[in-house]
Amino acid sequence: MASKVLPFVAWSLPRSARLAQPSQCRKISLTARAASDALQVHRDAPNNNPQIPFEFNAISKKLIDEILKRYPPQYKKAAVMPLLDLGQRQHGFTSISVMNEVGRILEMPPMRVYEVATFYTLYNRAPVGRFHLQACTTTPCQLGGCGSDAIMKAIEDHLGIHPGETTKDGLFTFSEVECLGACVNAPMVQINDDYYEDLTPESTVSLLKALQATAEATGAAGGSAGLGGHSTAGMGSTQGHERGQGKASVEQHTPRTYGGKGVKMPAPGPMSGRKTCEPLSGLTCLKEEPWGKEKLRTDGAL
Amino acid sequence: MISRASPPPQLLNALPQRILPTTSAASRSSRTPASPPRRQGRGLATVQDGNPQPPKRTKFGGLKDQDRIFQNLYGHHGADLKSAQKYGDWYKTKEIILKGHDWIISEIKASGLRGRGGAGFPSGMKWSFMNFKDWDKDTKPRYLVVNADEGEPGTCKDREIMRKDPHKLVEGCLVAGRAMNCSAAYIYIRGEFYHEATVLQRAIQEAYKEGLIGKNACGSGYDFDIYIHRGMGAYVCGEETSLIESLEGKPGKPRLKPPFPASVGLFGCPSTVANVETIAVAPTICRRGANWFNQFGRERNSGTKLYCISGHVNNPCTVEEEMSIPLKELIEKHCGGVRGGWDNLKAIIPGGSSTPILPASMCKDQLMDFDALKDSQSGLGTAAVIVMDKSTDVVRAISRLASFYKHESCGQCTPCREGSKWTEQIMQRFEKGQAREREIDMLQELTKQVEGHTICALGEAFAWPLQGLIRHFRPELQARVKGWAEKNGGEARAGGWAHDAQKQGLLISPGQ
Repeated sequence: MASKVLPFVAWSLPRSARLAQPSQCRKISLTARAASDALQVHRDAPNNNPQIPFEFNAISKKLIDEILKRYPPQYKKAAVMPLLDLGQRQHGFTSISVMNEVGRILEMPPMRVYEVATFYTLYNRAPVGRFHLQACTTTPCQLGGCGSDAIMKAIEDHLGIHPGETTKDGLFTFSEVECLGACVNAPMVQINDDYYEDLTPESTVSLLKALQATAEATGAAGGSAGLGGHSTAGMGSTQGHERGQGKASVEQHTPRTYGGKGVKMPAPGPMSGRKTCEPLSGLTCLKEEPWGKEKLRTDGAL
Repeated sequence: MISRASPPPQLLNALPQRILPTTSAASRSSRTPASPPRRQGRGLATVQDGNPQPPKRTKFGGLKDQDRIFQNLYGHHGADLKSAQKYGDWYKTKEIILKGHDWIISEIKASGLRGRGGAGFPSGMKWSFMNFKDWDKDTKPRYLVVNADEGEPGTCKDREIMRKDPHKLVEGCLVAGRAMNCSAAYIYIRGEFYHEATVLQRAIQEAYKEGLIGKNACGSGYDFDIYIHRGMGAYVCGEETSLIESLEGKPGKPRLKPPFPASVGLFGCPSTVANVETIAVAPTICRRGANWFNQFGRERNSGTKLYCISGHVNNPCTVEEEMSIPLKELIEKHCGGVRGGWDNLKAIIPGGSSTPILPASMCKDQLMDFDALKDSQSGLGTAAVIVMDKSTDVVRAISRLASFYKHESCGQCTPCREGSKWTEQIMQRFEKGQAREREIDMLQELTKQVEGHTICALGEAFAWPLQGLIRHFRPELQARVKGWAEKNGGEARAGGWAHDAQKQGLLISPGQ
């Protein structure tokens, strides 16, 4: 017997010693891309498994009827993206039960829903905090203003978390994201649905403090759905209702504020004092009274 | 936002008036002394009829307020229907619609409008592809799809249109939809623009309520619906076929062309994808006349354009200016100049992240239009100017773009999926100089292998900025490699291994 075992041991010992050396192999990427920070596949978890029931509430159901009218009846599955979004707003994140329910409503195979939910980065397939901080770090934000590096550092220092993590109280989730399309207002952070632009490290910290104070004063628990988490969430983009104030225009002369119990949140938009995308030092054009109908063509074609 | 289409060659031939550096000395001497510098001209490998004419105008820029289309760019008035109507929107829309598709398309063609989404394809021609032979015998619905999935780093013009001038877009959908005989329009907005979608949705509802769209739109007897679809954060959905896929409720992976969307597009029906800005300027062109629009800018690059200037300028802003405005004038006039003065400029990305970078030496007399930037081996793209001053780590800036493209590659085509990862890894080593000098050429070769070998233009989009970096900042890359060598006792081996890796007993591939 020993004669059979010994050669094996003699052969395998140096081999396992070789294998134990620090890795010398090169990394070759072979996998599908991971667009989001989350895991690409689903793993059952206590808060995310198919046994947890999920149903759309009455308001969502009304919205679903409205959304379905937009697409040809034989292409019901085109509504999968708005429906997943609606589910996410109601449930707080896109759990596997949300996906299954959407698949059931739209009569599509669950796998087709999973494909969509894993492809797009805005579907959070794991719970996020009440405030989802998404800091843009792409080149224009990296360069503009004080630079996104300073903003990232300010957030990390203040909350003590790194991108991809959630604070212990479940209030904040912090992610680093790609260009959010507010490049002339760089650097900027998206908090749930709102853009906070022209940031400095100081204004970032004061913004975070205001959010913490709001959560404290209103008794909002961490882990629940975000600011958009109340039941009318998602109405805006389907029905055109502005949250917060009834008739606020984009001009933001009257800032949209989330008030409540004596706490005031800064209004979304640039934090530097400018209204939107105009030069900070004053207008360089569009100073005259706008033209109306008098400038139209005079060749009589119309 | 990403597209590789360019105007077909017969269009280029049809214009004999271009200045050509290839013309004889005699005809060159006949030019007026005010002719522009020669490097803005382009040699075409074609025979031109007649003598080249000097251009009618040689100075561009300084657009007057009365010629600006987006008057509400800075929030002068509300985004509601009443204010929009006060400043000229929805005026005589019925008459425009009743003129019919041929008239609208001929107006757009005469105005010289080129698509504002990046590729600069002539819009009139693109729209006319929808009215192919016997289109009216087809009973299928036809769709206009508006691309509001604005994700190109540096670009933020469509957002301003949607949140401040939504009625221009809604009316534009109707006019462009009529030109293409569409039955409905889908506006695909990127998911992050929640409030913009809200404002636009409200504008659409106002228009429905007033009978401006919907059944019998504006009382013209033409039925037209507009719907909003919100994307969910995928850059690649800015490509037209992947946008269509996404709209159909699938992952946004681009389709092979042909069939082009004009024959088989959204839901298998004829459809056309157009940028927000292109659509939003169409009604104003029809109302103020093609000649009015055509007078701005150089030949074949006519019109006004929204420029977004970000980065190291004193006052970053979005501004509407004339096409062909000199880059320097654009920055000095509207943005208060480069931080620390013009001499502090290092480089500029002229048209959004996927256009190659230009060094300061080329920016001095660069004109901002499709052809001039193409001649400088860059592109106008979405006219998103990213300015970098001397303090910028330009390698890091481009390396960040490489990570952006790695993140956003949809993973369908191997050259793009793997190539974007490799270039990201290589660029991250170049940031520190942890590379071998010949890897610069390797990187160049790699980008050349990706370019043109992918279904959509994302392959080009990530290859071009890297090629631009190598073209203009090769000494900087070399200096980094040297710096690393000095600090670490020797130039790194290819792949980032330490110079003495073999001596340490590490197994690295031979020939390093």
